[in-house]
Amino acid sequence: MTTPAPAVEMTGISIEFPGVKALDGVDFRLYPGEVHSLMGENGAGKSTLIKALTGVYGIDSGRITVYGEPKTFSGPAQAQEAGISTVYQEVNLCENLSVAENIMLGHEPRRGGRIDWRSLRREAGTYLARLGLDIDPRSALGSHSLAIQQLVAISRAMVVDAKVLILDEPTSSLDAGEVAQLFAVMRSLRDQGVAILFVSHFIEQVYEISDRLTVLRNGQLVGEYLVGDLSRRELVAKMIGQSVEELSALDAAVPARSSASTGGEPTVKAIGLGRRGAISPFDLDVYEGEVVGLAGLLGSGRSELARLLYGADHADTGQLTIGGHSGRLRTPRAAMKLGVAFSSEHRKAEGIVGDLTVRENIMLALQADRGWARRIPSRKADEVVAKYIDALGIRPANPEALVRNLSGGNQQKVLLARWLATAPKVLILDEPTRGIDVGAKGEIMRLVAQLAADGMSVVFISAELEEVLRLSHRIAVMRDRTKVAEITNDSTTSVDDVVELIASGGRS
Amino acid sequence: MRFTRHRLFWPLVALVALLVANTINTPDFLGLRLQDGHLFGAPIDILRNSAPLLLVALGMTLVIATRGIDLSVGAVVAISGAVALSFIGSSSDPGALSTVLVAVGIALALCFVLGVWNGFLVSVLGIQPIIATLVLMTAGRGIAMLITEGQITTINSAPYRVIGGGYWIGLPVSILIAGAIFALVAVLTRRTALGVLIESVGINPEASRLAGVQSRSIVWTVYALSGLFAGIAGLMISSNVMAADANNAGLFIELDAILAVVIGGTSLAGGKFSLAGTVVGVFIIQTLTLTVTILGISPSITPLFKAIVVIAVVLVQAPIVRRRMSSGPPRPTQTAPAPKTPVEVAA
Repeated sequence: MTTPAPAVEMTGISIEFPGVKALDGVDFRLYPGEVHSLMGENGAGKSTLIKALTGVYGIDSGRITVYGEPKTFSGPAQAQEAGISTVYQEVNLCENLSVAENIMLGHEPRRGGRIDWRSLRREAGTYLARLGLDIDPRSALGSHSLAIQQLVAISRAMVVDAKVLILDEPTSSLDAGEVAQLFAVMRSLRDQGVAILFVSHFIEQVYEISDRLTVLRNGQLVGEYLVGDLSRRELVAKMIGQSVEELSALDAAVPARSSASTGGEPTVKAIGLGRRGAISPFDLDVYEGEVVGLAGLLGSGRSELARLLYGADHADTGQLTIGGHSGRLRTPRAAMKLGVAFSSEHRKAEGIVGDLTVRENIMLALQADRGWARRIPSRKADEVVAKYIDALGIRPANPEALVRNLSGGNQQKVLLARWLATAPKVLILDEPTRGIDVGAKGEIMRLVAQLAADGMSVVFISAELEEVLRLSHRIAVMRDRTKVAEITNDSTTSVDDVVELIASGGRS
Repeated sequence: MRFTRHRLFWPLVALVALLVANTINTPDFLGLRLQDGHLFGAPIDILRNSAPLLLVALGMTLVIATRGIDLSVGAVVAISGAVALSFIGSSSDPGALSTVLVAVGIALALCFVLGVWNGFLVSVLGIQPIIATLVLMTAGRGIAMLITEGQITTINSAPYRVIGGGYWIGLPVSILIAGAIFALVAVLTRRTALGVLIESVGINPEASRLAGVQSRSIVWTVYALSGLFAGIAGLMISSNVMAADANNAGLFIELDAILAVVIGGTSLAGGKFSLAGTVVGVFIIQTLTLTVTILGISPSITPLFKAIVVIAVVLVQAPIVRRRMSSGPPRPTQTAPAPKTPVEVAA
C-alpha cells in the first residue's frame, strides 16, 4: 500500500477524567481515501479519542497533526475549520427547520446582508445530489426517517469541505437498505479522497466498509490492522482481551434456551390491553421463568406494548393482571410496587440520571420504593452497590463516578443494577443491548437467561432478531402497532421464520 | 489548588473580600459588644437582616433544584404579616401570648396553603412554574391589601415583637429561628433521601418517574415548604417594624432569594443544590446592603452597586472563567513541538 502523508496523526494521546483514565498514550493515524474503523468495547476510549480529535476535550498529553501541521483544538469549531467534520450517533440537527436550512446552517449564502434563500436551496440541493439523495430541500427535516436525517447530517458535514469525516455509530438505527445507501455514499466520498473514521458495533458492517482497523481496549491501543489480516474472531478477541479459545468457552456458557413451565397462572396476563394511537389491543401472557421476546421493526409497537405493561403510558382499553392483582396501572410506581421493572430504550432521556453518581443511580428505584423519609442506610447501600458493580462488571468500579461520564454499555449496566436491586418479578427490557459492544451484549444476555432460569419473568425487546431468538421461549411478533403473531421458539425456529412473519403480518 | 475548585470557594472569597473592605473602611467593623446581655455589632446586624431572606432562599433552593422557581414568595411575605397583624390588632388582648400564638398559627397555615396552591398548579396541572407562581405574585399583594383594608396595620404586642426584635441567650431570636430552620432543612434533605430524590427529579424528571420516584409529591412538597418559609419570613419582617405593609413588605425578596441561590452555586437548570451555598449567597447580599449604607452610597444607586458585585460573583463562577482562572491557559497548549517520535504500531 502506498502511504501518502496521513490526514490525521495522533501520537501518545492521554486524557484523564476524575477517577477515570480514559486514554493512555494512544496512537492513531488516518489516511486520505480510506475508511478506518475504530473498534473497541464500550469504555475502551473510542468516543474519547474522537472527542480529542474534534476538540471537544482538551488532551493531557500527546500531539495531534492534521496534514502534517501540529494542531491544538480548543473547540469543535476549530476542528471544523481544519476540515474535520463529525456526524454523531444522535443526529444533531434541527427537526423543525427545512432540510436545506439544516445543511447550510451557519454557511448561508448572503446577498446584501440578507440570506439568499433561492441559492441556499440550490446549493443544498447540490450537496444532496452529491450523496444521491432525492428529497425536497424545502421539506421539514423532521418529516424524514432517521436514515435520511443521518445522510442530511453527512451532507451538512460536506458543506465545510471536510477532508476528514468522522461517523460515530451512524448505522445504529438504520435498516439494511439504508445502510447500503449510506455505504454507497461513504465509498464515493472515500474515492474523492476524504479520510473517513467509522465507528460501529456491527462487525459485519465494519468488515464490509473498512480498509483498516484500530482496536482500543481500556483506553489503550491494542493495534492497527488491515481488514484482510484479521479475522472476525481475532478482532473480537482483541477487543475484549481474551484469546480465541477463551471466547469459544464464553459462547458455550450462554445457557441454551430451555422450555419454561407454562403451567399455572401467568405472572403477567394482558387481555385486550391497548391505547389509542399507540398500540391496538393485544393479549399477552408471561409465565414465571419465561422470556417473551418482542420482535418487529422499529416503530412496530414493541416499545408501546412494553410501556403499557409498566404503566409508563395509560392503557385505555383492556385488562392487565400482574401477580394476581388486576386493575389499572396509574403510574410506573404502581407497577413497581407489583414487582415490575422497566428499562426504557431511551437510556439517556428516560434511564440514567446523568449528574448523579453510579451509587445514587443504582439505589434510585429501591429508594423511591421505600419513599423519601426512610433513607436506605449507607452500609446497606454500599453493600448493594458493591454487589452489582461486581456482578455486572460496571467500569469504572467507582460508586462515586458520575453516571454521565460512563460509557453507554456501563450506563446500561447501571440501569440493570437499579432494577435488579429491587428484586423484580417481571423485568421488561426495551433494547438493553442497543449501541453497546459485543462483550457487554453477551454479558447482559447471559444475565437475562440466568435471571429467567431463577424464576423471573422477562419481556425482552431487541432490534436484533438473533438476540431475540437466542433468549426467548416465546416470541410475539409486532407489526404496524399490532401484535400479529405469537410463536413458541424451539430449536427449529430461525430468524428467517420470524422475518417471514413480520413481512406477512402473520397472515401466512 | 484543590480547594479553589470547591464550588463554595469563590462565593466565600467574595464574602471575605466584602468583610475586609468594610474593615479597612471601618476598623471595628467586625467588633462585637455586649450591652444589657445582648450582642451588638455589624456582624450581628448582617445575621439579623439575613434571617428573613435566608428562610425565603432556603425554600427557593429546593424549588429551583426541581427545575422550578417561586416568584410568589414576596407576596406571601406580605400576606403573612398582614394576617398576623390584622388578627392581633382586632383581638381584645393584643399583648397576650395566646393571641400571638394563634395569629402566628393562622398566618403560617395560610402561607402553607398558598404554597400548596403553587405546588398544585405546577405538579398536578403541569403549569410552568414561572407562570404558576406569577399568579400569586400579582394576586398575593391584592389579598394582603384586602386583609389590611388598604391601611398599614400597626400594633403593639410585646410577645409578637420577640419574633423579629427579641433576644435569647444574647442572640437575636430571628437568627436563632433561621438557624434552626436551616438545620431542619439540612437534616430533612441530607439525612433522609429527600435531597437526592429532589436532585433526581430536577436532573431528569422522566427517568425519575419511570424509576418510581413520586415526582409529583416531591415537587408539591417543595412549593409548600417554600410558602411556609416565606410565611415565617413575613412574620419576622412585620415583627421587626410592628407593621404590616401590603405594598412593600418583602418587595423584590424573590429576586434577592433567586440571586442568593445562584450565587451559592445551585444551577437554575435544576439538579444538584447546595444549602450552604445559599447561606453564603444570602450573607453576601446582606453584607452588600449594609456596606452600601455604611459607605453612605446614595440609595438611588444601590441597585447598580449591588449589580456590579453580583456580576463579579457570577462571573467567577462561570465554568469558562473558572477554567481559565484555576488551570491557567487551556490544557491543549502543553503540546509543545515535541521531538518527532516514530509511530510504533503493533500491526
